[in-house]
Amino acid sequence: MDDTGTVVAFYLLSAITISSALGVVVVRNLIHAVVFLILSFVGVAGLYITLSADFIAVTQVLIYAGAVSVLILFAIVLTPTGDRGNQETFLRLPALLLALLVAFTLGYVAIDTDWAISDREGFQQTASVIGEALLDKYVLPFEIASVLLLVAMMGAILLVRPDSAMEGK
Amino acid sequence: MSVDLEHYLIVGAILFSIGLYLALAKRNFVGVLMGIELMFNAVNLTFVAFSRFVQSPNPLDGHVFVVFVITVAAAEAATALALAVLLYRVRATINVDQIDLLKW
Amino acid sequence: MMRLDADWYDFRDLGNTVGSLLEQIRDWGAPDWVPYVVSGLIGVLAILLWTILSVLAFIWIERRVVGLMQNRIGPNRVGPNGLLQPVADALKLLFKEPITTRDADRILFWLAPIVVFVPTIVVFAVIPFGERMVLADLNVGVLFLIAVGSLNTIAIFMAGWSSNNKYALIGAMRTIAMLISYELIQVLVLLAAVLFVGSMRLGDIVAWQADYGVWILFLQPLGVLGYIVAGAVEMNRSPTDIAEAESEIVAGYHTEYGGIKFGFFYQAEYLAGFAIAAVIVTLYMGGWTLWGLEEWVPGWLIFLGKLYGVFFIYIWSRGTLPRLRIDQLMAFAWKFLLPLSLVNVMIVGGEKLLWQEAELSSGEALPVFGVINWVMAVALIAGWAWFLGHQHQERVAHRALLTKEVGAIHFGEPAPTV
Repeated sequence: MDDTGTVVAFYLLSAITISSALGVVVVRNLIHAVVFLILSFVGVAGLYITLSADFIAVTQVLIYAGAVSVLILFAIVLTPTGDRGNQETFLRLPALLLALLVAFTLGYVAIDTDWAISDREGFQQTASVIGEALLDKYVLPFEIASVLLLVAMMGAILLVRPDSAMEGK
Repeated sequence: MSVDLEHYLIVGAILFSIGLYLALAKRNFVGVLMGIELMFNAVNLTFVAFSRFVQSPNPLDGHVFVVFVITVAAAEAATALALAVLLYRVRATINVDQIDLLKW
Repeated sequence: MMRLDADWYDFRDLGNTVGSLLEQIRDWGAPDWVPYVVSGLIGVLAILLWTILSVLAFIWIERRVVGLMQNRIGPNRVGPNGLLQPVADALKLLFKEPITTRDADRILFWLAPIVVFVPTIVVFAVIPFGERMVLADLNVGVLFLIAVGSLNTIAIFMAGWSSNNKYALIGAMRTIAMLISYELIQVLVLLAAVLFVGSMRLGDIVAWQADYGVWILFLQPLGVLGYIVAGAVEMNRSPTDIAEAESEIVAGYHTEYGGIKFGFFYQAEYLAGFAIAAVIVTLYMGGWTLWGLEEWVPGWLIFLGKLYGVFFIYIWSRGTLPRLRIDQLMAFAWKFLLPLSLVNVMIVGGEKLLWQEAELSSGEALPVFGVINWVMAVALIAGWAWFLGHQHQERVAHRALLTKEVGAIHFGEPAPTV
C-alpha cells in the first residue's frame, strides 16, 4: 500500500492510537484514562479502515467504543470509594520490564520473519463474505459464541442481584 | 514510502505491551480490565493485518476470527465488571493489592 | 435511471455540478488527490451549511407549531411574526458567559459538547441526498449509522459526570439506560429492512425501492413503527426526554452548561432529530425518489420535503404526548418492542428465503409479503399488548429497602468482611 493518503493516514492513526494508549497508563484520573481508552479504540478502528476491513471497523466502534466503554464507566460509577487515582501497584518495575521485553520480542519476530506476502488489492465486499463464512464454515463456533454471550449475560445479572433474603422483610 | 505488514505488526506489538503493563501494574481492578481490552485490540489488529497481507485461500477468515474475539471480549468485560461490582459490595475496595484472602 | 442531460446546469442532481467542476480541475492538470479533497470539502461544507440553516429555521417552526397545537401563539415579537427568533436565540447563546463550575472536571466539561455534536453530524456523511450526492457511500452504511449513534452515550456520560452535580449524573444515567435499550431495537428493525434489500449500502436501498416501485414502509409496518419509536427515544425529545426533563431534574445532563456550550447541546438535539428523520426517509420512504417524479423535481428537494414531513411528526408528538417515566420506557422497550422486533426479523427472514428459493417474481411476491406483514403487525401489536396488560399486576406496598440491606457500604463504618 504505497499511495500517499494511506501512508499519511496510517502514521496519523498509529500516533493517535499509541499516544492515547500511553495516556491510559500515565493519566492520574481514572475517568480521563477511560476517555483515552475510548480514543484508542476509535484509533484502532481507523487502522482497520486503512486495511480495508470496513465491517470490522464499524463493529469495533459499535461494540468497543459504544458498549464496552459504557460498561467500564458504569463499573467505575458503581464503585465510589474505589481508587480513582489510577496508580500502579508495587509491581510496576517488573511489569515495565516484562512489557518492554514482550514488545521487543514481538517486534523483532515481526521484522525478521519472511512473511508470505500476497499482492492482492484491498477487499471489496467483506460483510457478505464474513456472513457466509459465519453460517457455512464456522457455524459451530458461531452457535457456541451465542451460547457464551447468553451465559455471560445471565451470569452478570445473577452476580449483582441483591440477595433474595433481603427482599420483602 | 509504503506501509507493509511489518508496520501494522509493530503497532500491534506496542499496543499489546502497553496493555500488558496496564494489566500487571494497575492498582484498580478496572484499570487491569482496561489493559486486557487493549490487549484484545492489539491481537485483533494483528489478525486483520495478516488477513490483508498474507497469501491465503480464504483471506477473510482473519476477519471472522476477529468477530469471535470481539464477541468473547464483550462477554468477558461484562462478567469481569459484574465481579468488580460484587467485590466492591463485599470488600468495599477494588484495589488489587488488598484482595488477598487467598494468599498463602 | 437515465438522466436526460447530465451537464453542470442540471440541478436535478447537484452531483452533476460538482462532477463537472472536478473534471475541470483534472483538466487543469492537478495531481490525483486534489479532486478527491475538493469533493470532500464541498460535501462537508454543504452538509454543515444545510444543517445550520435547517436548525435555525426549525427553531422558529417548532415553537410556533407546538404553540398552535397547545392553543397559544408562540413567539411573535422578535421580527415579523417572530421570524427573527432563531437569530435572537443564537445571539443570546453566543454572548452569554460560559461558566465552568469550580469543582467540575474542566477538560471533560469542555469536551462533552463537542463529543455530542460530532456523531450527530457525521451521520449525514452516508445519507444519499441524490443519486450522486452522497459524501461517503460506504458498503456498511447502515451499520455505520448505528455505530455512530452509539457514540452518543459516551458523550452524555461525559457531560453528566464532569458537571459534578448529582442531578446531572442521575439524568445522564437514565439517558444512557434508555439509549442502550432502544439501540438494540434499532439494530433489529434496521436488520429486517436490510434483509429485503440484501445490501447495507444506503444507495442500494434507495435504488431497490425505486426499482421495485414500493417503499419498505408499506412492506414492513412493524419495522417502521418500531424505528419511529426507537428513533424518537434516540433523539432525546419529548415524550421521551427524561434526559432533560425540565420539571423533574432541572435540565438533566446539561444542567451546568450555559452559553455556547448549551448551544451545542441544543443544536445537537435538532441535528439528531434530522438524522433520525433522514434515516427513516432513506430506508423506509424511498429516499430521494418518488416513483418517477425525480425526472422533473430535483431529488434533493424531494428528500428534504420528506425529511421535514417526518420531522413534523416528531414535533407533533412533542406537542401532544406527555412525558413517559423511565420505568415505563424501559418496560416498553424490553417487554414489548424487543420481542416484536425479533418476531419481525424471523418472519422477514423467512419471507426473503421463500422469495429466493421459490424464485418468485417481485410482482407476485411483494404484495403477498406486504399483506402478511400488515396482518402480522396488527395481530402482534394487539395480541401482545393485551397479553402484557392482562397479567395481574399486584400492587403491594413495600417498605423501602435501606441501602445497607442490599449491601452498600456506608462511609465511616467498618466494611463487612466475608
